[in-house]
Amino acid sequence: MVRVLLNIPKHVKRGEAFDVKLLISHPMESGQRRDDMGQPIPRDIINSFVCTYNDEEVLRADLFPAIAANPFLSFAVTVQESGTLTMTFTDDHGVVQTETASVTVE
Amino acid sequence: MMRRRFLVLGGAGLILPLAPIRPAHATPAEVAALIAELVGDAPLHDARVKLDLPVMVENGNSVGMTVSVDAPVGDVRSIDVFAEGNPLPHVLRVRFGPRAGAPHFATRIRLATSQTVIAVAKLADGSCWRDSVDLLVTLAACIDN
Repeated sequence: MVRVLLNIPKHVKRGEAFDVKLLISHPMESGQRRDDMGQPIPRDIINSFVCTYNDEEVLRADLFPAIAANPFLSFAVTVQESGTLTMTFTDDHGVVQTETASVTVE
Repeated sequence: MMRRRFLVLGGAGLILPLAPIRPAHATPAEVAALIAELVGDAPLHDARVKLDLPVMVENGNSVGMTVSVDAPVGDVRSIDVFAEGNPLPHVLRVRFGPRAGAPHFATRIRLATSQTVIAVAKLADGSCWRDSVDLLVTLAACIDN
């Protein structure tokens, strides 16, 4: 389970793009490092991110080990009606975590 | 004669264990091959994509990056980012859905060394566009302690 900080505007205008900003607390271990004993540290990253709005896709991103620890993601969404923004992360262990936020259209 | 051969063999034995198992960095040729695979035989031009990265990077562990495409968001099929000097050159792939508001994406990336970072956007009409940034990294992202 990871902690997620989500920043979206309180009120959004119909049909006007707004920015979603996410900060995910995750080590994003690249699999390229070794520990003090010289053993490789296994890769552990969030490899897939999907964002949907009212079950329609906003964007999907494949993340690779070059994404920095505690990933920050920012992108734009356009909505016509109030609804729910759903964000789903999948990590290397196959753990899926979902975060939701409600969006109110003025 | 035997002693000389022994010296040569011994020298080889000293050098071999130091040889890396896997190169620490990708090469521009590897990245070119990845891009060729992505683009196929479509034309690739240096325009319409804007890759925003600092030219001087103080800390390669976390570098703010924004990539945007000068096209309606519905026309953008995918955006890919490659880092030529990273051990694993593929950085990111983004695909936009019908609810996307604008064809831009921002995140923070790791950079292993001073290098060229390339963004490639694929549009729905099959055309491909690229932008690249040559940057200097002062403190590299730790690959190996």
